[in-house]
Amino acid sequence: MSWDIKSIKKWKVADHPVGSTIPVGGNALEYKTGGWRSEQPHWLEDRCTHCMICWIFCPDSSIQVKDGKMLGIDYDHCKGCGICATECPKDAIHMEEEEK
Amino acid sequence: MPKTVALTGNSACAQAMRQINPDVVAAYPITPQTTIVEEFSTFVAKGLVDTEYVTVESEHSAMSACVGASAAGSRVMTTTSSQGLALMWEVLYIASALRLPIVMHNVNRTLSGPINIHCDHQDSMGARDSGWIQIFCEDAQEAYDTTIQAIRIAEDNRVRLPVMICFDGFIISHAIDRLDLLDDEVVKKFVGDFEPLISLLDTEKPVTVGPFDGLYGYFFEFRRAQELATLGSLPVIAEVGKEFGEVSGRHYGLFEPYKLEDAELAVVVMGSTAGTAKFVVDQLRENGVAAGVLKIRSYRPFPAREIAEALSGVKAIAAMDRSLAPGAIGAPVFQEIRSALYDNSARVPVIDYIYGLGGRDVPPAHIEKVFSHLAQIAKSGKIDQVVNYLGLKE
Ligand code: SF4
Ligand code: SF4
Repeated sequence: MSWDIKSIKKWKVADHPVGSTIPVGGNALEYKTGGWRSEQPHWLEDRCTHCMICWIFCPDSSIQVKDGKMLGIDYDHCKGCGICATECPKDAIHMEEEEK
Repeated sequence: MPKTVALTGNSACAQAMRQINPDVVAAYPITPQTTIVEEFSTFVAKGLVDTEYVTVESEHSAMSACVGASAAGSRVMTTTSSQGLALMWEVLYIASALRLPIVMHNVNRTLSGPINIHCDHQDSMGARDSGWIQIFCEDAQEAYDTTIQAIRIAEDNRVRLPVMICFDGFIISHAIDRLDLLDDEVVKKFVGDFEPLISLLDTEKPVTVGPFDGLYGYFFEFRRAQELATLGSLPVIAEVGKEFGEVSGRHYGLFEPYKLEDAELAVVVMGSTAGTAKFVVDQLRENGVAAGVLKIRSYRPFPAREIAEALSGVKAIAAMDRSLAPGAIGAPVFQEIRSALYDNSARVPVIDYIYGLGGRDVPPAHIEKVFSHLAQIAKSGKIDQVVNYLGLKE
């Protein structure tokens, strides 16, 4: 099933799928929730031991990792909940007020 | 061969559910619906159905489980009454918005307080704008027949909406009535196999059910699409009623006109009181009074155009409301009827009769009173009182 939403803003009543069901899975990536943030996590790379605790805890899959290494934070989807900063055993994530 | 039996309305509906053999039933018992789920769970225990019966801790959970099961791709049924329906309220809107063809009995009972377990239509009326199709039944036979038809209506690709089958608590649910049951095979063939539009359990075709719309803003378009599906169900309800007539000999339409063709005085009514009204009409006819009844079957969607046409020749109309809409101009049936008639060229006087709240009995004498009031209005052409109360001590 294809799901092309390029022109979704112009869709009329009959163009939307029945019952608002999106006919594909895994589309949360396309929905940017970064704008909901009021606080932003900052990663202090030199303190990080790559223990992956923040990756386990982040409810929005916004800790970017590759090959067992933390790479940074996906600000398109991070909602700024601060869980990563609270859970980090090395104090390697600090929350700061979101820039306007 | 159809079997003639003596059953309560609830037993008849439990039999219909057994014959339909839904994949999932999630329900919570509440008076006067209890014996439907009681009997149906016995069928489950005896292995007479393949249904997964989910015992839940409340009606909110019952409807939530139904929504989940239906989105997973199963044929789902449930039943409730009164406070139970009220507790389901927020999930009713989810079921209709997701276009899930869940079929539910609502055995009509008033809403507290003071606490009262008897019949009126206030519970269904609270859900009239929830996007569910609502069909009201006159007796046990119609409740049984409508249960079977509801599956076809809900699952029709032009509809895909949940259906609420409404019938009067105790009067229909607990009184033993004579009715005909269809053969199991006939019902099985009539309802056919369920073909879900979506299935959360189909990993080959993943879908996203109930996505968030809050910031994008397509809600208006979805609701309009849902409304169009509701309106589009009118011909489907009529078609299924006709097709059911072909297999059972009992034909159903969107409403039932009774001696309406040449009637001058008409009562519009839903539920078991339609039977009483027909009885009174027969008596009045013997005395030369041109009386008739219009029994509403499909209340949601409301077949406004068809009803306005059926009532176009009468001289005075009383809408019978087994509910109250405090602060409104009359109760829901009246509002609907008067509004539907507004577009007719001739202005027919319409009055409202609120009756039977909390199970207050409606004997034939009360309906006669309504007809004599109508005769007076037809004669004088003047409405003395728009909203009236039947059987109220005042
Ligand atoms: S929890 Fe802290 S130390 Fe562990 S990977 Fe995340 S940022 Fe690094
Ligand atoms: S602030 Fe919350 S959402 Fe953002 S990366 Fe940390 S845990 Fe994830």
